[in-house]
Amino acid sequence: MQRILRPKRFNQLWPFYLLAAPGILYFVIFHYIPMSGLMLAFKEYSPFKGLINSSWVGLDNFRQFFGTSDFYILLKNTLLISLLNLVIYFPFTIILSLLLNELRLKVFKRVSQTIVYLPHFLSWVVIYGITISFFGPSGVINHYFTEWFGGSANFLVSNEWFRPLVIFQSIWKDAGWGTIIFLAALAGINPEQYEAAKVDGANRFQNIWHITLPGIKSTIVILLLLRLGSSMDSNFMQIFLMTNSLNLDVSNVFDLFVYHIGLEQFNYSFAITVGMFKSVASLILVLGANYAAKLLGEEGIF
Amino acid sequence: MKLRVTWFDSLIVVIICLISLLVILPFLYIIAVSFSPPGDSLAGNFFIWPKHWTLDAYSYLLNADTFLTSVRNSVVITAMGTLLSLFVSVTLAYALSKKFLPGRRIMLLFIFFTMIFHGGMIPSYLVVKNLGLIDSYWAVVLPAASSAFNIMVIRSFFQSLPESLDEAARIDGAGEFRILYSVVLPLSKPIIATFTLFFMVQFWNEFFSAVIYLNDTSRWPIQPLLRQMVAISASNISAEAAVDAQMAANLGPNVQNAAILLAMLPIVIVYPFLQKYFAKGAMLGSIKE
Repeated sequence: MQRILRPKRFNQLWPFYLLAAPGILYFVIFHYIPMSGLMLAFKEYSPFKGLINSSWVGLDNFRQFFGTSDFYILLKNTLLISLLNLVIYFPFTIILSLLLNELRLKVFKRVSQTIVYLPHFLSWVVIYGITISFFGPSGVINHYFTEWFGGSANFLVSNEWFRPLVIFQSIWKDAGWGTIIFLAALAGINPEQYEAAKVDGANRFQNIWHITLPGIKSTIVILLLLRLGSSMDSNFMQIFLMTNSLNLDVSNVFDLFVYHIGLEQFNYSFAITVGMFKSVASLILVLGANYAAKLLGEEGIF
Repeated sequence: MKLRVTWFDSLIVVIICLISLLVILPFLYIIAVSFSPPGDSLAGNFFIWPKHWTLDAYSYLLNADTFLTSVRNSVVITAMGTLLSLFVSVTLAYALSKKFLPGRRIMLLFIFFTMIFHGGMIPSYLVVKNLGLIDSYWAVVLPAASSAFNIMVIRSFFQSLPESLDEAARIDGAGEFRILYSVVLPLSKPIIATFTLFFMVQFWNEFFSAVIYLNDTSRWPIQPLLRQMVAISASNISAEAAVDAQMAANLGPNVQNAAILLAMLPIVIVYPFLQKYFAKGAMLGSIKE
């Protein structure tokens, strides 16, 4: 047997540590040092005293946060958007995957995939711009809405239209992209199963119901749990752009609140308190989702 | 075998066609408005084929200093960001792909943890501010230089390369940097290409960090400027004075939609190249996630 030549001693290994250094430094500075900033949640930040010397206030910030009605509104708005995504966007993605999977003409399949993936790469600002072009006061939708139903709907500044618009945007932008992972799972189903079903006289619907769907069950479960795990995160960029003073009742979510309190009103301690609540709640949800996946006999996310 | 087309196939083709149309129509509408005189689109008397054609919007934008400056800023930020991200991500991922490296597991955990827990918006803002990066392109570029997800995907690509390759080079007396540069990287073109394009898209689309870190609006890239240009027509949103007065006066729907188109143009141009790779790349990531 030949001895495998691998670096073992430090004078052979240092190049690898040197290569890792910039990346590690990046994670320390831009991910771990901010975590240390979380201690401001337990302090009353004073710009004169700085991070270290500001005085401790214990859980006062948290008490204040949970004591306001803001907390319940934020929680409700955040979870409701996540829930709507879960029951509308998510099944839509699965159905779109099944439809694409049933296409038998390869060229047509490739072309339609190319089309539905595209919006994923556009920025939220562009999506917002397109939305305004369509739904804004002088937009085409508003024009026909006025013509057919009489009276214009101020889509962008109304509480009723905020959620439908946001869900619609998510579907338009990302449903196509979301099919990639399901299509991969679908490609992994053993074709012999379909042949066996054909012998048994199954039709296409029965194939889908008895073979295709069970074949991607584990993918569905994992993705569903991942989504549950991120229920506390709204798509901040999207919400940030779509929000305005007139739809704040339904659009105000945790991240937006943090932005307003922290970066517009400079109340760092309180903003960090809210952010920390969100981060900790998210961590618990992610770990919980992973645990649930394992209970269900799936592999889990990690 | 001959394809027998059933009604089921036809139905699916029709549905997919409708969905594709729903994706394409907005683009066609945006294009049509951008080539129409403002009065036409406000009157809503056409949909995807303009009644009268005009290039006013484009000639206006291509002569507007504010717009051109933001395009230049975007180009600089995209170039800086892409190069830096590639450097940071590839070097770290390469080191972490070496199973013999002591401390590798710790480093992996260290990076993975950032996927499930983070300090959040304000602590990150304070770090950038304390580093003195406000109003510098670096404020947009540095905090987004990499992510745990990128590292995991690139790492798993490097791990798929045969180990005997490095060994052969090592026996021939090549140093580790030389091996990475002349042996590994040339073999990694697919993953490098994928991520070059991903990073380019990411930095071109960057919006929020520009809004919070760049007070000096002459440094703004295109996305925040575009937001202000289109927000004006949503009437309720105060245009925060960054769009200069002269530009605001000229903002018809044609100019706004032309700006939307120009802001997405680079993406639409790189998309065909991107398309070849991303399905594989995204898959790799989803398995590792």
